[in-house]
Amino acid sequence: MEGLIDMSDSQELSRRQRNQLNHRRLAGYTLVWLLSLALVYFGHRYLWAGSALVTTVMVGLNIIAGIAMMMANKKLLAGLDELEQKVQLEAMALALGAGLVGGFAYSALSQTGVLPFHAEISHLAVFIALTYLVAMVKGVKKYQ
Amino acid sequence: MKNRLKVLRAERDWTQADLAERLDVSRQTINAIEKGKFDPSLPLAFKASRLFGLTIEEIFQDE
Repeated sequence: MEGLIDMSDSQELSRRQRNQLNHRRLAGYTLVWLLSLALVYFGHRYLWAGSALVTTVMVGLNIIAGIAMMMANKKLLAGLDELEQKVQLEAMALALGAGLVGGFAYSALSQTGVLPFHAEISHLAVFIALTYLVAMVKGVKKYQ
Repeated sequence: MKNRLKVLRAERDWTQADLAERLDVSRQTINAIEKGKFDPSLPLAFKASRLFGLTIEEIFQDE
């Protein structure tokens, strides 16, 4: 997997070009991961008539795409300079903490029947993403 | 930590972007270091030292 995403790297690239390449790579793998996830749901219902075997294989492919996406993100982070990495680290720490605390609190509210609607994992994903975005903006402003 | 990056840069008529490119960091990082909001790592300090032909102590001073 590492070799797969390393193939187009070059020491000749400038910092900007390297970061652009890493961003494009991450965007590409994220798109593949999202499409493969959508295909699992869509295909299970409309394409392979609910075959458990095919769905399992497709989920396996989705996980492989997800791992490629994670490795691309790791490579992107490694290519950033030390201040950019610090801002990312602080934002990710906050997003992880908020996700953990918020996720368990949300789950407790759902399990106890306090929530008037059905709790979805996607709500948590959006919450983590928004926390990360806000933390990134605050981090960038902090060092301006 | 105080530093003389801005002065050294000005002496050479370099912009923040010029220095950032020479040190392989972002312009925002140079700006944060110059303003004292961020302390560079030892490898980056050595890189600046080599670039300006000065010792680390001649560029960075502990407050």
